[in-house]
Amino acid sequence: MLKDKDRIFRNLYGFEDPGLKGAKKRGAWDGTKTFLTNGRDWVIGEVKASGLRGRGGAGFPTGLKWSFMPKVSDGRPHYLVVNADESEPGTCKDREIMRHDPHLLIEGSLIAGFAMGSNTGYIYIRGEFIRERERLQAAIDEAYDAKLIGRNNKHGWDFDLYLHHGAGAYICGEETALLESLEGKKGQPRLKPPFPAMAGLYGAPTTVNNVESIAVVPDILRRGASWFSGLGRPNNVGTKLFCISGHVNRPCNVEEEMGIHLKELLERHAGGVRGGWKNLLAVIPGGSSVRCLPDDLCQNLPMDFDSLSALKSGLGTAAVIVMDKSTDIIRAIARLAYFYKHESCGQCTPCREGTGWMYRVLDRMARGQAHKREIDMLLEVTYQIEGHTICALGDAAAWPVQGLITHFRHVIEERIDQYSANPAFEGEVREPVAAE
Amino acid sequence: MPKLIIDGAEIEVENGITLIQACEQAGVEIPRFCYHERLSIAGNCRMCLVEVKGMPKPIASCALGVNDLRPGPNGELPEIHTKSPTVKKAREGVMEFLLINHPLDCPICDQGGECDLQDQAMAYGVDGSRFTENKRAVEDKNIGPLIKTIMTRCIHCTRCVRFMTEVAGVEELGLAGRGEDAEITTYLERGMMSEMSGNVIDLCPVGALTSKPYAFAARPWELRKTESIDVMDAMGANIRVDTRGREVMRILPRNHDDINEEWISDKSRFIWDGLRTQRLDQPLIRVRGKLRPASWDEAFGAIARKLKRTKGARIAALAGDLAGAEEMFALKDLMKRLGSPNIDCRQDGAAINPARGRGGYLFNSGLGGIDEADALLLIGCNPRAEATVLNARIRRRWRTRQLKVGLIGREADLSYRYDYIGAGPQSLADVASGKHAFAKVLKSAKRPMLILGAAALAHTGGGAVMTLAARLAGMTGMVSGTWNGFNVLHHAASRVAGLDMGFLPAAGGLDTQAILKNAKAGKLDAVFLLGADEIDMTSLGSAFVIYQGTHGDAGAHRADVILPGAAYTEKSAIYVNTEGRPQMTGQAAFPPGDAREDWSIIRALSAVLGKTLDWDTLSEVRGAIFAAHPHLALIDEVVPDENFDLNKLSRGPSRFGKQPFRRAVDQFYLTNPIARASAIMGELSAMMADETSGATGTDG
Repeated sequence: MLKDKDRIFRNLYGFEDPGLKGAKKRGAWDGTKTFLTNGRDWVIGEVKASGLRGRGGAGFPTGLKWSFMPKVSDGRPHYLVVNADESEPGTCKDREIMRHDPHLLIEGSLIAGFAMGSNTGYIYIRGEFIRERERLQAAIDEAYDAKLIGRNNKHGWDFDLYLHHGAGAYICGEETALLESLEGKKGQPRLKPPFPAMAGLYGAPTTVNNVESIAVVPDILRRGASWFSGLGRPNNVGTKLFCISGHVNRPCNVEEEMGIHLKELLERHAGGVRGGWKNLLAVIPGGSSVRCLPDDLCQNLPMDFDSLSALKSGLGTAAVIVMDKSTDIIRAIARLAYFYKHESCGQCTPCREGTGWMYRVLDRMARGQAHKREIDMLLEVTYQIEGHTICALGDAAAWPVQGLITHFRHVIEERIDQYSANPAFEGEVREPVAAE
Repeated sequence: MPKLIIDGAEIEVENGITLIQACEQAGVEIPRFCYHERLSIAGNCRMCLVEVKGMPKPIASCALGVNDLRPGPNGELPEIHTKSPTVKKAREGVMEFLLINHPLDCPICDQGGECDLQDQAMAYGVDGSRFTENKRAVEDKNIGPLIKTIMTRCIHCTRCVRFMTEVAGVEELGLAGRGEDAEITTYLERGMMSEMSGNVIDLCPVGALTSKPYAFAARPWELRKTESIDVMDAMGANIRVDTRGREVMRILPRNHDDINEEWISDKSRFIWDGLRTQRLDQPLIRVRGKLRPASWDEAFGAIARKLKRTKGARIAALAGDLAGAEEMFALKDLMKRLGSPNIDCRQDGAAINPARGRGGYLFNSGLGGIDEADALLLIGCNPRAEATVLNARIRRRWRTRQLKVGLIGREADLSYRYDYIGAGPQSLADVASGKHAFAKVLKSAKRPMLILGAAALAHTGGGAVMTLAARLAGMTGMVSGTWNGFNVLHHAASRVAGLDMGFLPAAGGLDTQAILKNAKAGKLDAVFLLGADEIDMTSLGSAFVIYQGTHGDAGAHRADVILPGAAYTEKSAIYVNTEGRPQMTGQAAFPPGDAREDWSIIRALSAVLGKTLDWDTLSEVRGAIFAAHPHLALIDEVVPDENFDLNKLSRGPSRFGKQPFRRAVDQFYLTNPIARASAIMGELSAMMADETSGATGTDG
């Protein structure tokens, strides 16, 4: 269990002052100037050495990502873009950071901006986050007033930070769609290459990082890379914000060490599964986009990137969605499929056409109105989408369905049998999934 | 020069191309829907997926540059597989997705038989469908009188959006909505205000955008396809004329990189209904003020009666904008034998003096020269109306930010930004004297260029305009080494051939203005109009008018004898485009009724007049033309003016009036007799007039 002294987000629950004064009391903005005087290479070196992996879902090493930025500008400005378009179902970690510890994010942005030679940073915040936007903007204003950022600030690195809010499209959380949206265009992912580090925002070198990845950087530098890499398990180090929701007694956000076992995480922080551990049906361990895991795989499950991808699931955003045995798992996944159908941008074929198809089949399966041969057909459809699209939304839409079929095929088959045994029996009348 | 291995064969390709082009060069066909060589890359159909060794996922080959391919760990060449099971599976998957919401209405779809989706479904799809849900239906959009939309068929490749935005420069189409609800729409559902919109019909890989006038008219396999040349403007766009029986069913562009690439204007594409209406299909003679049908013998007889008692000097001939080289050559010859020096092919009175060299009236840089130019001065020229496809080329160059454009003449929306310098010759004089700032732009440019439009040359001080332009060209270094940026953009398809062959007043002869003036004053007794309809017919006074042409237009209304000729789709004729490139039309159909090919009418008339011309067949006419003007024999070759001399051009008249340049093309859709006979052109013209007058559609 993570010791209190190792916590980075010490005001996660908002019990203390989120403002500059409170943040400084908790250690923010301490020694920032020293980090900058140590130079760009030192900062990137430290972040690399800390083993920090991106907290947005893909787990790409943050230090490595920063090092892709050109060392010397060719005349184009460099941009830092912070992805605060947290829209993944089940995920609510960035929101808490922006509400209660915004200065960690601002300080992190300055350091990251310095490390990649960027004098301008944009925070792209989700449209629905209205209070968060106000809180974060207030913190940015405070930082400007205190000359912590902006032109001629105390830290000797000019850095302007802009808060831009989206209009609430899930796809705008995809980094290149986010850039398009930030440029004022329709949020549709770009083709890669060129990668944003070569040609990103307004065609200039750009790095897009998740809020949490940026917000942990100041503490990593303050406490040393070895402190951070000493937490967790090899290649999966540090602390992580877990968002526990669903059928637990006390849903919560909590900062924990990477690799903590699922059972410990749920029982210690969330009051355990509703009705006891034995009542667990399945867990979606990383936000809606990863494959769900049935209870038998959850027994001794370390919550980190590599352990979960070994099970063909993923840590994703570490949004743990817990489902107990009362859950209609088919209906649950059908609802997710509806979400992806709704949020697909419509640009490329497999995702545009496939998400709707998957949803419609699942919707029927939830009612048992399907043929068993359609289960394999559905699985094949998911493989036809996966890996064939411009961005990862296609993959994200396919994986939950694959998880369902891999682990809960028997449930689907039983439902179909039930329906075909007595098709006239309506059972409890249910709204279509989309209505939920 | 990157090397790669495609399906086991090593190939070296040029830098900067994409994988799909590399595969094409290797002779491997890659299916595609959204990719188009002349549009930006969208990469959204996912049909062109290929497998690249070392990459975890299949790659869209249209979007990956060959230079982005990394060699293997031991320096092995990048390996691309296009026939592997993964690729086959990926294509089948994409194909299935494209088809699940595509209606199975091929039997009633106009794209049937030339549909990319149909063809590729045959080649790369599977035989059955597993989709049992309801198919998506999309409301059709009204986007004007040319393009029929059946949006349920749309596969969202966005070719049309990219074409309209990038090439046509009219941002009216877009993809609205998202996910499976995304639709191509103009949003406000108004007609597209572009003269190039018809090209989206060709670009659409499915039957979502089809030709409205051609709807349900024919199937592609019923059509006879004839390669030909467009005569709506002087660019000489390459076209294909599709006919069924005697009727032209539609006109499509052909690719010619140096001229029209693969676009044509809406006028060129939809003119064909004008070929069916108002046609002159038999000779007519005016008797007591009324035209009555006649036989060829009667018509020729009437002409002979008049001309035989008329002195050559009191006869004149004007060639119209659509005349082919053969008939102009024949008419010139006949006029010479009749002893008349009064011939002219410059209906609009353009001040061109061929004595100063052929380069003085050609588009010397070549149309492709625009792709290299970095400064352009348009003088009395609206390329969007006078050479629509050329305007798209200018726009493309402008979009690279390497071209600065200045305009002297009427202000207009050209689809790119330009510096507006002034309205008339005085502004040109200012630039030529270095007074105006644009002179600096031209001077500092590496490849500066000017385009003299038809309106500049037809100006009352046209000669002076030519002189000024030549001086400006000299001062700003427009002509140096291999670069010649002194360009004349004609609007009449017949013009350059006419000038090349000297269809101009002989010594002591009258030019267009003088012919009209003399005719009005009764000093001319007979005027032969070879399809000349753009002159003021009231100026012809009481002269005996012989009109040879295709349509019952202005000339025919004034005529005393009408000789029905063949339209450009009905004869093989040579046209020389504004660059000086001779091209030949193909005979796609036959002239209607008693109408004949134009050169043969003149040949027959010459015999009746007792001045029999020397040849009897088309090849003999051509032989005579080629003997007199050898460069016309070099079909599709531009022979530059070797003796181009700016000094000669800049020693012309120097007095000009103060009037501004007028528009060379007042109504884009109604510039020639065929267009004026076309109902589609009429509709478009009315739509354009509504738009420019600011009507909202709710005002009555």
